[in-house]
Amino acid sequence: MNNEKSENEGAMDVDHMAHLARMYLDPEQVAEFKNQLGEVLRYVEKLQELDLTGIEPTAHAIPVENVLRSDEVRPCLDHDAALDNAPSSFQGEFEVPSIID
Amino acid sequence: MGDLQAKTIHELADLLASGNCGAAEITSDVLAAVDARNDGLNAYIALDAEQALADARSADDARAKGDTRPFLGIPIAVKDVLNIKGQTCTCASAILKGYRSPYDATCIANLRRAGFHFVGRLNMDEFAMGGSTENSIYGPARNPRNSEYVTGGSSGGSAAAVAGEIAVAAIGSDTGGSIRQPASFCGCVGLKPTYGRVSRYGLVAFASSLDQVGPLTRDVIDAAILLEHLSGHDPMDSTSIDQPVPEFGADASTSLKGMRLGMPKEYFVDGMDPDVAKAVRDAVDVCAYLGAEIVDVSLPHTEYAIAVYYIIATAEASSNLARFDGVRYGSRISGDDPIELYGKTRLAGFGNEVKRRIILGTYVLSSGYYDAYYLRAQKVRTLLRRDFEGAFGRCDAIVAPVAPSAAFKIGEKVNNPLQMYLGDLLTVPANLAGIPGISVPCGLTGEGLPIGLQILGPDFGEQAILKVAHAYEQTNG
Amino acid sequence: MKKAVSYEPTVGLEVHVQLKTNTKIWCGCPNRYGISPNTDICPVCLGYPGALPVLNARAVELTVRAGLLLGCDINRYSKWDRKNYFYPDMPKNFQISQYDLPLCVGGGLDIEVEGERKRVNLTRIHLEEDVAKNTHYPGRSVIDFNRAGTPLMEIVTEPDLSTADEAMAFLSALKEMLSYGEISDCNLEEGNIRCDINCSVRSAGAEELGTKAEIKNMNTFKGVHRALSYEIKRQTTEVQRGGEIVQETRRWDDGGGVTQSMRTKEYAHDYRYFPEPDLVPVRLEEKAIERIRSELPEMPASRRLRFVESYGLPAYDAGVLVAEKEVADFFEAVAGICSSYKTISNWIMTELLRAISDSGRGLSDSSITPENLAGLIGLVDGKKVNMAGAKEVFQVLFEEGGDPAAIVETKGLSQVSDEGAIESFVDQAIQENEKSANDVREGNDKALQHLVGQVMRLSRGKANPQVVLLLLREKLKN
Repeated sequence: MNNEKSENEGAMDVDHMAHLARMYLDPEQVAEFKNQLGEVLRYVEKLQELDLTGIEPTAHAIPVENVLRSDEVRPCLDHDAALDNAPSSFQGEFEVPSIID
Repeated sequence: MGDLQAKTIHELADLLASGNCGAAEITSDVLAAVDARNDGLNAYIALDAEQALADARSADDARAKGDTRPFLGIPIAVKDVLNIKGQTCTCASAILKGYRSPYDATCIANLRRAGFHFVGRLNMDEFAMGGSTENSIYGPARNPRNSEYVTGGSSGGSAAAVAGEIAVAAIGSDTGGSIRQPASFCGCVGLKPTYGRVSRYGLVAFASSLDQVGPLTRDVIDAAILLEHLSGHDPMDSTSIDQPVPEFGADASTSLKGMRLGMPKEYFVDGMDPDVAKAVRDAVDVCAYLGAEIVDVSLPHTEYAIAVYYIIATAEASSNLARFDGVRYGSRISGDDPIELYGKTRLAGFGNEVKRRIILGTYVLSSGYYDAYYLRAQKVRTLLRRDFEGAFGRCDAIVAPVAPSAAFKIGEKVNNPLQMYLGDLLTVPANLAGIPGISVPCGLTGEGLPIGLQILGPDFGEQAILKVAHAYEQTNG
Repeated sequence: MKKAVSYEPTVGLEVHVQLKTNTKIWCGCPNRYGISPNTDICPVCLGYPGALPVLNARAVELTVRAGLLLGCDINRYSKWDRKNYFYPDMPKNFQISQYDLPLCVGGGLDIEVEGERKRVNLTRIHLEEDVAKNTHYPGRSVIDFNRAGTPLMEIVTEPDLSTADEAMAFLSALKEMLSYGEISDCNLEEGNIRCDINCSVRSAGAEELGTKAEIKNMNTFKGVHRALSYEIKRQTTEVQRGGEIVQETRRWDDGGGVTQSMRTKEYAHDYRYFPEPDLVPVRLEEKAIERIRSELPEMPASRRLRFVESYGLPAYDAGVLVAEKEVADFFEAVAGICSSYKTISNWIMTELLRAISDSGRGLSDSSITPENLAGLIGLVDGKKVNMAGAKEVFQVLFEEGGDPAAIVETKGLSQVSDEGAIESFVDQAIQENEKSANDVREGNDKALQHLVGQVMRLSRGKANPQVVLLLLREKLKN
């Protein structure tokens, strides 16, 4: 899907990853994770040792295909039950702060 | 009677059938034991005593009216990662505070149909990410053998409750060893089924291609009983396998004549605790004494398993945990716009280990890195599975340690993620390959900490591993 | 002197079509529109912890059907992938879609614009899930998950379109095919079809495509036409004066008549596609594909031909009747009861289509049945009611339904054919209109029509016009 790029000499851009994951981090966490995950990334470099020519990636551990269901209606979740769990709701809908495109 | 909660499921079934005790008594004893000893273990993190007793009384009523289901009224504790309708389900995370399950997981519904009821929710590493049950908003669980030591994880509360005799049995989950390793550290039985054997519908997902639900029990027969009732094809889970569920506990013989057991040299790693290595080798000797032929097998790619696991598991987790965003359920810290809502909610809601894995998982999938990390790891995964296929051509089951060491002290590894990860070396391969595995107690270290014997089987080979485990357990006492 | 460079637009469309299934793609919640918010929901389509997707077989079938109708290659093996991004209308903050192995590849659709035929090639068709619906209020946004999980087919064209008219023609042809194929209701008001436009320009004759801008989420065909017309002009003007096109997403502002840059503070999306671990691949056997092929509904072109050949209708009639599948189905139902095919066609083309248009209701929302129309035609043939009366009856049938004969009775519309009864009206009309009567005697046919009208008025519209004419002619002979 993307070109091979195993640049491990540069540290991981933790801020960018946190943004992709829509997760704020404290500056201490950013620094700490950079170190800790840097160590993990150096460890996983050992996978580069292997010759993987002709090896297919594992899609599913136990290969299965064609799991389908018939187009029949099943009972839904009660509206109130769903809205009960909502942190914030407004007139029967889930509420979030204004979405600005 | 008192202490009914210390009995096994099959013992209680006998007592219930013969009228020697009622379900209400059993549940009362569980509640009393929890009251008395949970503080020292921090195994249970939620418990609705009223509901538990009401369920037990209903079971007694039903039995009086002629319901003869053998396990009717037996209470089971559940790792806080499974949806049980009406119960809270926090996965030991702040982000799911307030969430109440509106539905039963399929495996829970299966157990319900067999007559079990669910008493209490058990401590765990947050979102099942960890090997020590220290990553929990409720504080660490404590080893029943020595409260300064970890229980292992992530199903640490489950193992502690069972080994500590404050639950009859427990249901946990295993993604990289999270049932087997705490069972080994605490001294009880823990089984991870073949991937697809037990439905994942209702199990809060950590790593979708690796997660499985399984039992933690005090003996192998109990594990077989629970496995049988947990299992079954589920139309709500596309990865659930359509295979008949055998009567797992049927073979009660203790002879292992005719069985070949493989010992993989790669699993006796350098730097392993010598007590652990010895206990496991002694256990294998017992198996030989029981008639098994011991053969050497090789699983040559074992050394790559941790690297493969921590790429695939974190990648899947980073995606699975994206749904925790404060919009539809759980806790929320609001903001001026949705991006702030997400950012603040997830900053406050997730612990550090979860955050770390989300960051790592996002990275290995990100643009430019997918081929080098995720795709490569999935290819090495194929090699790991082939290792097992090769080995099972020469043996019926594999015997090995569960972990390179026994339990360590609380706080000892918390600041060193990589060290913590390396402890999973001997358990993650089974998840990556999808094969079943069981841990059964096989001794104590010099410090009195439990050691587990791991038995791995081929796909759908639970009967073989239960047979070996049961035979060993009955002989070892 | 510099030679003016001419630029040609290259336009591709990504059309999202909601499939006509009973249930959503991953769960058994109903797939329908207009229901009270957050009713058709469950743990799966709400993205609850622990929920898992299971593929709707009918969604696959309809997508394969579309692929066959559009001449695609059907991939025998296809798989699912996660497209990861965060947005409030996303229950899981990833969308299950298809990345590298979609259900269909290639294919195309022929269009005709001002007599010119053109082939629009397709890149692929894949299946994915629709998102929830956001509504914006001051200070807040709210989300309704009824729509989340609706099966969505994405049809991607090659950049073969060159004008807004071509884009319209493509969308219209696609809509006709999809609604005839019973693949989608194609109801634009309900959001069944939405599309993204990719537009770039390049100097005429150039091989490479220019930088493209994307206009997202267009939900009317007229809107597409307007937006594309504007965007082509904008880009052409820009490059002609030496400027550059920025690769970006733009929003169509219908009120202002312009596309606007959506200058968001975000990074470009990194969707981090990876194979969906909760789903297994789809392997289609030859047998399955052949069965779907054999069940393909009759398409407009062959239906038009059949209407001409089997019912003896003029090509024009066939064209009008076949344009909407519901209407063509209605015709055939009536034709199954009554064999006055041309008469049926006339009734439909005039009265029925007019009633549909005037009332704003679709045929299926009206109350008229094929039996009703057949019965009414029978009454006219049997001279029980005249055309004027019959039209009144038709209106009642359309709005309320009922029995045609009974309505004729109730409304007192029974045609009077009895000569004796009519004769008095005829005599009266002749008496009251001496001048016209004389004109008729002198051979003026217009005056005859006038007298017919007078008799009709006197009889309150109930006289049988043919009998009136007969009597008038007789009495005014010579």
